[in-house]
Amino acid sequence: MPLRWDEFIVTGDPFILAAQISIALTSIIAVVALTYFKKWKMLWTDWITTVDHKKIGIMYIACALLMLFRGGVDAMMMRTQLAAPELDFLSSQHYNEIFTTHGTIMIIFMAMPFLIGLMNVVVPLQIGARDLAFPFLNNLSFWTFFFGMALFNISFVIGGSPSAGWTSYFPLASNDFSPGVGQNYYALGIQLSGIGTLATGINFIVTILRMRTKGMSLMKMPMFTWTVFITSLIIVLAFPVLTVALAMMTFDLLFGTHFFTLQGEGLDMLWANLFWIWGHPEVYIVALPAFGIFSEIISTFARKKLFGYNAMVASIVVISGLSFLVWVHHFFTMGNSAAVNSFFSITTMAISVPTGVKIFNWLFTLHKGKIRFTTPMLWSLGFIPNFVIGGVTGVMLAMAAADYQYHNTYFLVSHFHYVLIAATVFACFAGLIYWYPKMFGHRMNERIGKWVFWIFMIGFNVCFFPQYFLGLDGMPRRIYTYLEGDGWFSLNLISTLGAFMMAAAFALFVYNIYYSWRYEKRDTTGDPWDGRTLEWATSSAIPPHYNFAHQPEVVERDAFWDMKEKGIDLNASTDYQKIHMPNHTWLGPVMAFFMFAASFALVFSWWIPAILSGVAIFVCMIIRSFDYNDGYYVSVEEIEETERKAKEA
Amino acid sequence: MPSSIFKWISLAMVAVFLSGCGSLTVLDPQGPVAEQQSSLIWLSIWFMIFIVLVVFVLLTIMLVKYRDRGNNDNYDPSIEGSHKLEFIWTIIPIVIVTILSIPTVITIYSLEEAPEIEEVDAQQEPLVIHATSANWKWIFSYPEEGIETINYINIPVDRPVLFKLTSADSMASFWVPQLGGQKYSMSGMETELFLAATEVGQYEGRNANFTGEGFAEQRFTVNAQTDEAFNEWVEDTQENAPSLSEDEYVHLMVPGHAEEMTFSSTHLEFVNHAYDATYSLEKRAELGYEAHSPHSREGKAFDLPILSQPINTDKTYEVELDDE
Ligand code: HEM
Ligand SMILES: [Cu+2]
Ligand SMILES: [Cu+2]
Repeated sequence: MPLRWDEFIVTGDPFILAAQISIALTSIIAVVALTYFKKWKMLWTDWITTVDHKKIGIMYIACALLMLFRGGVDAMMMRTQLAAPELDFLSSQHYNEIFTTHGTIMIIFMAMPFLIGLMNVVVPLQIGARDLAFPFLNNLSFWTFFFGMALFNISFVIGGSPSAGWTSYFPLASNDFSPGVGQNYYALGIQLSGIGTLATGINFIVTILRMRTKGMSLMKMPMFTWTVFITSLIIVLAFPVLTVALAMMTFDLLFGTHFFTLQGEGLDMLWANLFWIWGHPEVYIVALPAFGIFSEIISTFARKKLFGYNAMVASIVVISGLSFLVWVHHFFTMGNSAAVNSFFSITTMAISVPTGVKIFNWLFTLHKGKIRFTTPMLWSLGFIPNFVIGGVTGVMLAMAAADYQYHNTYFLVSHFHYVLIAATVFACFAGLIYWYPKMFGHRMNERIGKWVFWIFMIGFNVCFFPQYFLGLDGMPRRIYTYLEGDGWFSLNLISTLGAFMMAAAFALFVYNIYYSWRYEKRDTTGDPWDGRTLEWATSSAIPPHYNFAHQPEVVERDAFWDMKEKGIDLNASTDYQKIHMPNHTWLGPVMAFFMFAASFALVFSWWIPAILSGVAIFVCMIIRSFDYNDGYYVSVEEIEETERKAKEA
Repeated sequence: MPSSIFKWISLAMVAVFLSGCGSLTVLDPQGPVAEQQSSLIWLSIWFMIFIVLVVFVLLTIMLVKYRDRGNNDNYDPSIEGSHKLEFIWTIIPIVIVTILSIPTVITIYSLEEAPEIEEVDAQQEPLVIHATSANWKWIFSYPEEGIETINYINIPVDRPVLFKLTSADSMASFWVPQLGGQKYSMSGMETELFLAATEVGQYEGRNANFTGEGFAEQRFTVNAQTDEAFNEWVEDTQENAPSLSEDEYVHLMVPGHAEEMTFSSTHLEFVNHAYDATYSLEKRAELGYEAHSPHSREGKAFDLPILSQPINTDKTYEVELDDE
């Protein structure tokens, strides 16, 4: 079929046209600016090809913030459409595309990369390592994520976005009911970034098991590192299920197989099961690191050890195990037997036990503390009451007989936003602000930061609390409009106002990044918050690429706090030794680019470019296999130089 | 001061919560199934309010008592944990979960059976209605009565109704909140749902599971009538309504909306979608309907048909396009 340009490029919608124009303008400005300031080389050598975990982490976070913006704009458009009955701000099809991309982007391209970014920046520093176990793989992971994100995002300007929901249930998602390229974008975009996530999981497992500094036994690891370790295990167990399910979906969409379709005795319910066998653990992939971040921050600003460390570790282990035994709670209404529903009701409710243990341990970490209300601490304290509301409504949803009434309603929408925003998003803000000086050498402004917190927190409750009532009043999720007679107008209007408060808070947050860059005092100590763990033992503003001139030796939990108490100065000695570090890689971004090219070609069923790109990926793999270059040594002189500068600053 | 704001927010929330619940559809049951569910919901709400209050109060105390005053004489950094306390807050949630599990499991099992209606002495056999979802309408067949309706149902009060759910295409979810919780309808299989109404009245029903473009309007009405009124309607329909031929029926397989319709025969005579998953795909193809991307020229030109009674069998669904 000849290419019709008016179908290839999405046309006919003023919002999309505006987006297309602004994307074109931004790209032109970026290219011109990079050329004018002669930054291309720096971009290539310092960032694109880097294997430094801190820089990769920062790139992850930058992308995640961009996606928070994109997903947020989607959210505002939806909330505008729903503000009053029978509006036609968005058409049904457009609304469906937007809630689908909103959900997918927020989970896959915002929450996960944000946390993976923080993990990248922090974990090697916390365990006293020089980098991740597989630095090349880390670079490749980032680029597959990046290109997966790019592929998914261009769908709304080229070809059309998926519109079958982030769950993409069959048979709706099959070609018969979702014609066009949208679903192809869904399958291939998530697949591509999923490869990166899986590799990241493996990378962190090996790093945490093998690269801890001297003396750091497993039970002396900081809580954040523990949660990252368990999260990585979940990733490695859960993601292959998604990989296989997406591959089967791709075959159904592109090659006419019948795994899930109506024809050929396809099993639509198999898709739902596979999706949620991955999907529920996924919820914990974005929740556990958040718990870890809160643990670090609450302990730091209460100036106390974490209460019940052993129980905290045990509870995340129990949660991770249970998270694989609850997936059916996403479709209690699929006609399962009473025995099946009873079993999954009870396993789901059981998760609230270890979660409750964690809540009380956080509360008692505050007990007899000396609490400082810094902005990271505000986000962490705000998490507790909001998350508890999300948690208890989760228990309500777990009661299958009652869930028949909540399922597919705004009660559910409210519940999962209470957990995803109060845990994951609050943790992303908290963690970013907390580790901001480590990354950029200065704190974020506290006064603006407090405004951001309060506006966001209040807006969040104004937006989502009314939705519990909308759900109980029978309002289903994913409807693009409702009738006046339904009686849902006032609560929806309130909800929309709350959404715009959150948007305002986000804008203020972005402004704070700029403001702090201009006016905040530079941090010279490396330890601006009086921290407890090893990442604070190095200098600020991206520690040197080798992280520690001397690898620290750990005696106690909260190792850095312990050193400070005992008066040990890690940087006192100037007796350095050369350090072995990995090389930059051009292969990571290039290989990921060919994966992108192959996927994009597949979206449009352009077989020849797809095959050629596939061959190119294979060639990259061969080149990599014969790459015997295994890094270089940082000389003693260079270390002396770097350390002297850090001290002088 | 943050702590007082927390307290204020939590109090306000509880107040809103309790004042607003009375009139909410789900908590205003009109039959024994919804009744069981709403009492289970209320039970859980009380427990949850208790848990939320405990956490909010504890948090407030901690924040007020232990905030940094410069010179905290109660500061004690040596605490690492307490087995006694941790044991307590492991046991209490276990107890709560157990207490909630028991009524949950009992209700799950009881919803599988025809509901007992307290108001009557002699329980009646359930009325059987086949409910079939087809993008984006609901087709109801009364096999014993030999009648079929589109987008509405009449049922007698005080008699259990057994819905046999299936779908002609996408997976939908049959839901009448005031009568009871939902269940999925899927093509190629049959699920069962018992409901009953105890009050005469009109109740909103709908598809609750996303099925694409026409999803929001995939609604129907349930009229709960007295026995006499219901029987009268059945007889009247059998005598006066037109019968439904397969030629007409296939038009319902094309994605689109439909007005309320009534027939004096059922589609079960020629197809039961529970045993024929691809019927609708085959028939809509025979009619000339092709699925087009909404971003293609054909997709943009296509309007959802609205079918009314009698269904227009001449209409085909090929899209006319002027070639450029
Ligand atoms: C910034 C504030 C946010 C607002 C105002 C918002 C609003 C919404 C709205 C209006 C919907 C569609 C409801 C429907 O039509 O069914 C939705 C769905 C969803 N949201 Fe959000 N959201 C926000 C943030 C987030 C975040 C941070 C996440 C995840 C980390 C998230 C995850 C989801 C998911 C998974 C869905 C379901 C999509 C689907 O039904 O396929 N949202 N949100
Ligand atoms: Cu789940
Ligand atoms: Cu099924």
